[in-house]
Amino acid sequence: MSLNNEIVQEKLVAKFGDQVSQFATSYGMLSFESPKEINLKVLQFLYDEPSLEFTFLTDICAVNYPNQTGAELVVVYHLHNLKENIRLRYSVSTSLENTDVYTATKLFESANWMERETYDFFGINFVGHPNLKRILNVDEMDYFPLRKEFPLEDQTRIDKDDEMFGRG
Amino acid sequence: MEHNHITLPEGSIEKTTTTLNIGPTHPATHGVFQNIMEVDGERIVSSDQTVGYIHRAFEKLAERRPLYQITPITDRLNYCSSPINNMGWHITCEKFLNIETPKRVDYLRVIIMELARISDHLICNSIVGVDTGAYTGFLYVMQYRELIYEIYEEICGSRLTTNIGRIGGFERNFTNTAFTKLEKFLNEYPKVLKEFESLFTRNRIFMERTQGTGGISAERAMNYGFTGPNLRAAGVDYDVRVHQPYSSYQDFNFTVPVGTTGDNYDRFLVRNAEMWESISIIRQAYEKVQAFKGAEAEIYHADVPEYYLPKKEDVYTKMEALIWHFKIIMGEIDLPKGQIYCPVEGGNGELGFYLISDGGRTPFRLHFRRPCFIYYQAYPELIKGGMLSDAVVTMSSLNLIAGELDA
Repeated sequence: MSLNNEIVQEKLVAKFGDQVSQFATSYGMLSFESPKEINLKVLQFLYDEPSLEFTFLTDICAVNYPNQTGAELVVVYHLHNLKENIRLRYSVSTSLENTDVYTATKLFESANWMERETYDFFGINFVGHPNLKRILNVDEMDYFPLRKEFPLEDQTRIDKDDEMFGRG
Repeated sequence: MEHNHITLPEGSIEKTTTTLNIGPTHPATHGVFQNIMEVDGERIVSSDQTVGYIHRAFEKLAERRPLYQITPITDRLNYCSSPINNMGWHITCEKFLNIETPKRVDYLRVIIMELARISDHLICNSIVGVDTGAYTGFLYVMQYRELIYEIYEEICGSRLTTNIGRIGGFERNFTNTAFTKLEKFLNEYPKVLKEFESLFTRNRIFMERTQGTGGISAERAMNYGFTGPNLRAAGVDYDVRVHQPYSSYQDFNFTVPVGTTGDNYDRFLVRNAEMWESISIIRQAYEKVQAFKGAEAEIYHADVPEYYLPKKEDVYTKMEALIWHFKIIMGEIDLPKGQIYCPVEGGNGELGFYLISDGGRTPFRLHFRRPCFIYYQAYPELIKGGMLSDAVVTMSSLNLIAGELDA
């Protein structure tokens, strides 16, 4: 166990300077951010650098923060170095108007469906993805359901007066 | 003599392959999976999957529920081992809220989780048997899954969608009947597992059907995000219980079985070996639980009044208990701000919970890392060039659970 969060942070800062920011450690996991334009460079560096080797992509998902103007959507990558057994969280943010983020499918095969899921629910346009279409929802859906602008059903709504719904 | 080969007239059938649709509901898929395959005779040229038929928007639902109401949602992910999902969720919440659970709770949880792992692997391996033409094993071991379900029933009252445990511990202490049933299972099951193994492991027909089909190399498996028994069958000894111990797994002695070729046969062997390890872990945990004496032997939850419901008689007689009861039930307790990713070793891989809270009563965002959603993408690569009948075996040996895949 020679690698730790501080070394990872040092190496990232040495390589990318002030483009990587917001370093924080919560519950033992290092997290940081970068502009979305360099997401592939960061992922590739973490993958290739002999002492880092974050070669296992645990998860990709997105979060919608409606109050962060210009950075409403955040794509979160969870990476894992299986040899040193160390995880990190890396995120890039994007606006609602331009949701382009470069795809990680060339680096990780597993990113294919994770990005399709993220597109399906948040409308992140992964540039260069081989097959970016909806995966869990129906193809005809014309909105992105996990964005905060789509509220959950109001329990007090009265238009469902069908007896079959138990509100008769 | 310019055209001495046969040219088909315009518009005639030139395709040499056949398009075959399997699913979404088909006896061979064991779940709601659709595959559209191009087959040349019986060889698979390519295939395309459709998923999402039982998508239920769990992540959106979770955004309106207080933590304890999310547990029943996790039941419905991998319903072959729902206690692991429940415990995984509770462990995530406890880590997030900095709740320290007593050792006895940890050991009881380990017992339940390993029972769930056995029932999960049991189903998967016996279904592989069914798909290779051996129904006996499946029918035989079902009886022992029943014993496991009876233990669940004794502890939490339900069998499949268990909603077992609470944040901080269990809803009630294990009864003596539960321990008697556990002993019965521990006495009877190893013999059955031995017999199950001797039915399959060196069975000529079974070996020829499973060896060399659906194989994957360790590098590809990692690149595809494989976890759990499927990754270990390819030769990577990654197990969350060892790499990031939760629920006091560091107190137990067990080995992590690995395979080499990552094919259907290795996956079968790895799962069988894991069941033996699970039995051994349960025995160790049961011993540790029995070693608690006096008041310690009665502990079944942590002292967290904000999240653990007070006793019913206290609710009727004590003001404070009544207040906590009301606040918990109505979901009026604000969570701290923060983010956490917490993985557990599920029945078929690393089940992760990514919880983001903005300080409200419900999660701001909750994402489930569902192992089989991620490794199912490798399926076309696993079956390409193989026989159609092997593709069926490959699908069941991957341990795909539609409920988890579609979330």
